[in-house]
Amino acid sequence: MSLEKFKNRNVGTQNYKKLDLTHPPKSAWCKFKQVVSRTFKPELCIGLWVTLREMINALFRKKMHTTQYPFEKLPISPRYRAIHEMLRLLESGHYRCIGCGLCEKICISNCIAMETRYDENQRKEVSEYTINFGRCIFCGYCAEVCPELAIVHGGRYETASEQRASFSLFEDMLTPIDKLKLQQEYQGFGAVSPNADDNIKKTPLAY
Amino acid sequence: MSNREAVENMISVTIDGKECKAKEGEYILNVARANDIFIPALCYLTRCSPTLACRICLVEADGKQVYSCNAKVKDGMEVVTTTPNILKERRAIMEVYDVNHPLQCGVCDQSGECELQNYTLELKVDEQSYSIPDTKRETKNWSSVLHYDAGLCIVCERCVTVCKDMIGDSAIKTTKRGGPALDKSLKGSMPKDAYAMWNKLQKSIIAPSNGTDYTNCSDCGECIAVCPVGALVSRDFQYTTNAWDLKKIPATCAHCSSGCQIYYETKPTSISDRREKIYRVTNEWNFVSLCGAGRFGYDFENRDATKDREAFKRAVEAFKKAEVINFTSVITNEEALMLQTLKEKFGVKLINREARAFQIFLDFYKQYSGKSLYSLDFKEVMSSDFVISLGTSLRNDNPNARYAFNNVQKMNKGAGLYFHPVGDKLVPTFGRNVLTFTHKVGHEEAVLLLLIELFSDKKDLPDSVKEQLDRDKLVKLLGGDSKFEATFTKMMKKKEKFALIVGEDLYFHPKAKNIVKLITILEKTSPVKVAMIPPKTNSLGVALICELDDEAKGYTIGYNAPGDFRVSALGDGDLDAPAMNQQEGTLTNMHKRVTPTNVALEYNGYTLHDIVKELIDTQTTYTIDWTPKLPVEKGFKSVDFDSLPNGYRNDGTEHRGYLLTTIESEVQEIEEVDRFDESIALDGDIVYRCNPQRQFNDFTDKAHQIFEEFALYASPKRAETLSKRVVVEFDNGNLELDVKVDERMEGDIVAVPDFKSDRNIYELFGASRYQKVIIREV
Repeated sequence: MSLEKFKNRNVGTQNYKKLDLTHPPKSAWCKFKQVVSRTFKPELCIGLWVTLREMINALFRKKMHTTQYPFEKLPISPRYRAIHEMLRLLESGHYRCIGCGLCEKICISNCIAMETRYDENQRKEVSEYTINFGRCIFCGYCAEVCPELAIVHGGRYETASEQRASFSLFEDMLTPIDKLKLQQEYQGFGAVSPNADDNIKKTPLAY
Repeated sequence: MSNREAVENMISVTIDGKECKAKEGEYILNVARANDIFIPALCYLTRCSPTLACRICLVEADGKQVYSCNAKVKDGMEVVTTTPNILKERRAIMEVYDVNHPLQCGVCDQSGECELQNYTLELKVDEQSYSIPDTKRETKNWSSVLHYDAGLCIVCERCVTVCKDMIGDSAIKTTKRGGPALDKSLKGSMPKDAYAMWNKLQKSIIAPSNGTDYTNCSDCGECIAVCPVGALVSRDFQYTTNAWDLKKIPATCAHCSSGCQIYYETKPTSISDRREKIYRVTNEWNFVSLCGAGRFGYDFENRDATKDREAFKRAVEAFKKAEVINFTSVITNEEALMLQTLKEKFGVKLINREARAFQIFLDFYKQYSGKSLYSLDFKEVMSSDFVISLGTSLRNDNPNARYAFNNVQKMNKGAGLYFHPVGDKLVPTFGRNVLTFTHKVGHEEAVLLLLIELFSDKKDLPDSVKEQLDRDKLVKLLGGDSKFEATFTKMMKKKEKFALIVGEDLYFHPKAKNIVKLITILEKTSPVKVAMIPPKTNSLGVALICELDDEAKGYTIGYNAPGDFRVSALGDGDLDAPAMNQQEGTLTNMHKRVTPTNVALEYNGYTLHDIVKELIDTQTTYTIDWTPKLPVEKGFKSVDFDSLPNGYRNDGTEHRGYLLTTIESEVQEIEEVDRFDESIALDGDIVYRCNPQRQFNDFTDKAHQIFEEFALYASPKRAETLSKRVVVEFDNGNLELDVKVDERMEGDIVAVPDFKSDRNIYELFGASRYQKVIIREV
């Protein structure tokens, strides 16, 4: 695309479409006629009719155009960055977080803290995990850096609460185990690119 | 160790076009490192022998490919660190190391401080051309502190090397992995060195050398420190934090007189408790080796101290009426100077038993040799090739002296003589040329006479010494056999530098004065030079700074020690004080060096400095304002604390604090030495005041990873004759103790520890480290 198009700043010659407006009245008689006709036209009733029609549609025909917030919410972009979610592995139901600490490290507002330990199964267990949402700026770095796609941004954008702590613990963010089937793969920052397979060199395996 | 001061016989080599000065016989790798030239190397440890496991330190010297870790520099040598062929070899080696290496970097405890990761990236390995079926490698807990994950291990053998060449335990070795053999066709197709390295790697894995699943070692954790990957980690540290979260605080270990350079690594305790906590201790493992107490005994802080005004007022009152201050050697130079100032102003008596004995010994030494400090530091001991140990239980008293003794055997083709009444199973394993004498308690003078007989030039000796020199008789008396003559001749072959390590037994010896005379004569008439092990942490500093008293009575203040009013960093006193990891200041270590230590953990209470300020107008704000006031006439320097460095240079030069100046004074001629009296030897049941390994004082005892008990330690054979719990009857009191077996002890002498200051062990033992006692059942 050439930049010529952008360099032409003479808007007058561009492809504007003029509306087909009637010409304004010119003589005093014409102006008088316009006032009389506007005064006695039943336009008020037309407006009232529209309201009445929509009321009937909404009440009796179930054709509602408004969203019944907070009972209903509009769908948001998968790339929207709201309150974090912690995803589970679909196969085992175990949480995906391996406790690598990269989100804690990359967090520019320093609001992620975690505790890990050596557990009975010789694995690294995340024993505590919190995000201080009073500080979080929802930059999305944590989701981007996460090597396991474990921490992602969800769609929960209402961040008003009596206590910020009430949705900052690991369990609060973790997909409930009974809703595992409903868990959606995150499409935003940090998600696998569609052509990821092409970028991988295969390692030879001896078995 | 390279000694850069020795400018003579320096040769010059060119590495990558850079002219470098080096000492004859140094390895190319060390020369390059000292001159800031990078050569990759995985398996080499600076103070240990080359292992030749990794082969990536390949360089071209005078047109020939050599391994820079074991090729010595020659005058005029031209070294090139990278050629296309070398790069091909190195890349192939790193590819091989990556074969079957678990992709668990996300949870691995090395967390980015990984040499495998670094070199993989450095050599730009972005694809894998090799493969082999993996073998099952299980994780194991080798001891109370060691965790080994064989899956992560790349068998560089650094752990094995450091354990053998530095620590001396030789507790781990390589063993059969049981993996499939390499495809023979690879031999022709892949780079030569990479194939050789892989062939070896595929056959071996690390395991405890005693054939069991558990190591029989002193749990120093040095193998953890040197591990380039996350295969060896401390069990307590595992998976608790990432390296990058930890704040490194350079400090000096305050457990024994070795004063090793350490880093306390801290991070908030937990999400709910944001106070800093020490997660681990690390060290510059190429230049200093820690012991188990230093590495694992770090959580001795006085955590919950607050500014208790009432207690502080009581403390000030107590100091005003105090007649005696009783303290231990776990104290900074600055605080020792404060106590000395209190003595000068108010005439209080200062009591510190271990430092007092050492002070007297040093005073005698000064009197007869004209030098305020002993001749060698332990770096010099490590560079000697004949080392003698007398009057110290090397394994327990000072780990670094033991490492030096061992390192001399392994690295310098050295020989060693070990004289001690308590038999030791470990010391003879240090090398083929180590001879141990288990002599009688009280025969230390005979040892020195034997040393004079062996090493001295006889014509300058005083007659009173000469007439006592009867080699055969002395050897026999000390428990040597008829083969001694032949063995000794073999040991003496090609030896140039001789070092004598002496320890606490001699400071607490009834004939200490005569012993100093003999040591001075030995030093004067022979090439043997002496190094002394100060009994406890800062005994040397205290001995130099304070005028200590022998006995004192009256109202006593105990500073980390028993007393009528106790100021204690252990948290159980009448007023809290900061522990060593909560305060800054300097310590004087056995290398005759004044080293700084910094604050790792916060402390909210009062310090000794606050009390002193209340008593006298000091015009100081912090404890470290006293650092420049340390007595210059005793060898200290008047420098600010903040100007003291604490680290090592690339070539291994110690850049920590400053060295004490040895003050020369008038020499008193030794006219006569006492006639050695065989009959002073102790007989019967003897106890020896000696701590178990990893225990040094109340602070090590407080640390949760150090669990060696306060008990009676005996050799396995002796323990059989004792019941589980015994009463030890001293002349002036009794002790009731459990009996524990120390597998590495030999003989009938049993050891009673002194690490708990409230048990008053020094009082029971009096002026000697050995006591004749009655041991009976409870």
